[in-house]
Amino acid sequence: MSAGRTVGAGRATSLGDAWVIARRGLLHMRRHPEALADATIQPIMFVLLFAYVFGGAIEVPGGGSYREFLMGGIFAQTIVFSAFGVAIGLAYDRTNGAIDRFRSLPIARGSVLAGHALANLIKSLLPIVLMSLAGLVIGWRVHSGVLDVLAGYGLMVAFSLAVIWIGVLLGSLVGTPEGVQGVAFVVIFPVTFVASTFVPTSSLPGALRTFAEWNPVTALAGALRNIFDNPGGVPPADGPWPLAHPVAYTLIWAVAIVLVCAPVAVRLYQRAIAS
Amino acid sequence: MSSTKAIEAVGLVKRYGEKVALGGVDLEVPRGSVCGLLGPNGAGKTTAVRVLATLTEPDGGEARVAGADIRTDPVAVRRSIGLAAQDATVDGLLTGRENLVMIGELHHLGRRRARSRADELLERFSLVDAADRLAKDYSGGMRRRLDLAATLVAEPQILFLDEPTTGLDPRARNELWAVLDQLVADGATILLTTQYLEEADRLADEIVVIDHGRVIARGDARSLKREIGGDQLHVVCADADDLARVAAMAERIAGAPAKTDVTARSVTAPTDGGAAAVAALASELSRGGIEVEDLGLRQPTLDDVFLTLTGAPAEPAADEALEEAA
Repeated sequence: MSAGRTVGAGRATSLGDAWVIARRGLLHMRRHPEALADATIQPIMFVLLFAYVFGGAIEVPGGGSYREFLMGGIFAQTIVFSAFGVAIGLAYDRTNGAIDRFRSLPIARGSVLAGHALANLIKSLLPIVLMSLAGLVIGWRVHSGVLDVLAGYGLMVAFSLAVIWIGVLLGSLVGTPEGVQGVAFVVIFPVTFVASTFVPTSSLPGALRTFAEWNPVTALAGALRNIFDNPGGVPPADGPWPLAHPVAYTLIWAVAIVLVCAPVAVRLYQRAIAS
Repeated sequence: MSSTKAIEAVGLVKRYGEKVALGGVDLEVPRGSVCGLLGPNGAGKTTAVRVLATLTEPDGGEARVAGADIRTDPVAVRRSIGLAAQDATVDGLLTGRENLVMIGELHHLGRRRARSRADELLERFSLVDAADRLAKDYSGGMRRRLDLAATLVAEPQILFLDEPTTGLDPRARNELWAVLDQLVADGATILLTTQYLEEADRLADEIVVIDHGRVIARGDARSLKREIGGDQLHVVCADADDLARVAAMAERIAGAPAKTDVTARSVTAPTDGGAAAVAALASELSRGGIEVEDLGLRQPTLDDVFLTLTGAPAEPAADEALEEAA
């Protein structure tokens, strides 16, 4: 199918057009109380809930404060969840006809996707900032240097950019916002929990433990703990490769997600909107 | 191809799997004219608009819109057109003003021009008071007006309006018609789709009737109506006992056989006598002392048109939902 030609011509994207669409996405968040709560209250609530409710019951291997252990995990979970923002935004556009409006405008191909991605990146930075502040309040500290702070937050932004493509893929495969939420609950929710997000992988039984050890969410959480020099951040010498090399494994996943998902996602998206 | 044509399409074909949505449609719309695409749900109207507006590629045939080829130069087409899709596609979480400014910016008018253009359009479509309210709180008629305003932001030469009045109450529909009249007076070329013969007759210079993806008739309203039977004298009696006498009067005046519907207490007879025939019947009725509840000229309905043209009433295609969704 040669939909590509109809969909666009000329420049691949235009930053100006993408920014107009991104601003719209940010307005949507402001005007949509649930989305705003998801981005502001929920991350703070998660930090406080896990720190105070589970904090006393979970022991960090190698010792150290659970509250400090928690932060790497909760950052990782929030970043993975941000894939839904993209998926829901794209699905919303398709169900309410906005995509047809955009496609009848003389804007560069790819601007709509780029705009969604940009809005989502900004949207996912807000909860990270709020969680960092909440973390500081409950006693989380970065024990390494300034460069490590930059590296840690840089890794979060990089992984956020990668999961956007998972969101595009999801939004193209599942046409409605409700459908996206369904998939979120059944697939991504468990993936973020069967990981070292809230508990050390060593506490998990058999198959779940193996899954968690190879889960990129575990790697991202571990990488952040490692970079910030938080409890649980020292890679075990005898563990499987991903546990021993969390930063490298996280980066491999980020690159792999982009390489595999981006071309497929863009194709599926173009096909989904062109029929 | 000649530049006096805003839209020229030859042999457009579009398939969705097994279903043929367009089975070779030819279309010519001269600049400054209004073409009404008339047909039931699933006839291929929406598909025709989507193909011409470059939202979807045809599987066969060729078309030029504003002189640009829809396949090889879709961006040039998009610069010249405004599309109002079937469901008003305004963004509910943006205000009316924000909707229009956004579209203006995406048309690369620049921030300042986009704002002033939005103000002009809000004024013109009587949306000034609602300009800073979220569009999701607008009434159906207001949404349609905002949608049409969004379509006009870049002052397109050619407008595609897909069922612009479907779902509107009669007052909102009349308001929208008045707006379209103004656009036509200003020289716009419009391709509109509708399920209502009345609307096509009211707005279009040429009516193209399509069914199952094929053009089954075309012409101006007058010639088309001649072909499909034209106006009908229509009387509703207060008392069913008068029906036979009224039918006789109607037949005499119309010069054609009348149909009587006992349950509706109505008599209809085809006529080309227009208002004069109504006046003649009115005076006979009053001479005869017959009380009527309604008297007038009735236009053939879409069903009448299809009954005449295809021998079958206008039935929505079974897989209409599929096409409209696609």
